[in-house]
Amino acid sequence: MDFELMINSFPKLLNAAAITLKLLSVSLIIGLFIGLLFAILRLNKNIIINKFAYGYSYVFRGTPLLVQIFIIYFGLGQIEYLRTTFLWVILKEPYWCAIIAFALNTGAYTSEILRSAFQTIKPGIIEAGQSLGISSKIIFYKIQIPIAIRQSLPAYGNEIILMMKGTSLASTVTIMDLTGVAKYIISTTFKPIEVFIVAGGIYLFMTFLIHNVIKFLEKKYNFN
Amino acid sequence: MELLAFGDTGWGDELFYATLMTIAVSITAMIIGFCFAAIFTPLKLSKNKLLNFIANSYTTVIRGVPELLVIYLFFFGGTGAVMYVASIFGYNEYIEINAFITGAFAIGIISGAYSTEVFRGAVQSIDKGQFEAANVLGLSKFGKFFKIILPQTLRLAIPNLSNVWQITLKDTSLISVTGLVEIMRQSYIAAGSTRDPLFFYSFAAVLYLLLTFVSMKLINKLEVKYSRGY
Repeated sequence: MDFELMINSFPKLLNAAAITLKLLSVSLIIGLFIGLLFAILRLNKNIIINKFAYGYSYVFRGTPLLVQIFIIYFGLGQIEYLRTTFLWVILKEPYWCAIIAFALNTGAYTSEILRSAFQTIKPGIIEAGQSLGISSKIIFYKIQIPIAIRQSLPAYGNEIILMMKGTSLASTVTIMDLTGVAKYIISTTFKPIEVFIVAGGIYLFMTFLIHNVIKFLEKKYNFN
Repeated sequence: MELLAFGDTGWGDELFYATLMTIAVSITAMIIGFCFAAIFTPLKLSKNKLLNFIANSYTTVIRGVPELLVIYLFFFGGTGAVMYVASIFGYNEYIEINAFITGAFAIGIISGAYSTEVFRGAVQSIDKGQFEAANVLGLSKFGKFFKIILPQTLRLAIPNLSNVWQITLKDTSLISVTGLVEIMRQSYIAAGSTRDPLFFYSFAAVLYLLLTFVSMKLINKLEVKYSRGY
């Protein structure tokens, strides 16, 4: 055990953990919107819209995240037309490519979580709203969405933790996040176990925090 | 389309073998994972606090740390660890471990943590009366486990194990960083030499979709077969 290396690498890894958290939070926020949009599309009665939303979530859940990042980072740059549009400003940055891939990926999982939450809302609640004369738009925004969000909290908590682990793949497109820095230190010092303990410890601590925040929210919004 | 031709002119046969490699790694990793689950599920269910703690730390650490980090640990640390063990037995030559074994083992440990949780949940959801009935019938511990608990556990576990299989299958894409030529690595090589990454990575995505689709169909059949009792 090389304790000196562990102590020396700790601040570097902690800085990198900030990048991991940044990647995670930005992609979660974008992903939540994508997820909500596609969950609503899934509930649409139009079969084409419905199938489109299903196809989106099937493709993104059925392929590895690594493939998705590589398609966006290496693949899209190949299209000559894209290089001339303003989108290229975003797509040439590995940071944004990673965020786009993460957001689309977590959006697919979130849409499934929210869809099942919408479907488990008791029809009686919606009927109660209707009989009170509330418009269907307000029923949706003020009744269905809040209940769905509360229902999906436990599953969404798992998704946040999975996504946090997913951000480690950003290191494959040259971003120096926690895993990227850990790999760099391992490959320069050849002390994998020490670095794994420190980096893994930071990841575990973040998992622990997320887990407890979700638990707290579940308790707070539980009105059963 | 000529990019996918078989033989020397295209990448078709290379990608075909790479797909077989992905399947082989996934199945090996899944089996290794079952071995880990067979060890850690009883520890998780045991009343001994120390054994409990060991099993809980295994599943918590593996499920809380990114797969890529675990793979780096095995990739960079595996050779060192094996050579250290070998040196205790007096063998001091350099030992090179095969990328397949390292990869399958790393993914297997990850998949094992998920399988352990699935089996624990399945055993715990078996009706208490089943255990009591087995005791009343005077079955031996051995008979109780193999005739009563195991068949019911398997039945309850299959739907969740299909999720574990999907996770394992997708995780194998990560061992491309160790140089094992599976779908992802082969696409990387092909994309590099033809300068057509969009096509090859999209094709890799299609191959993974195909694998998940076909395996889900097969698992659904298994599920139907084993849920007959209900």
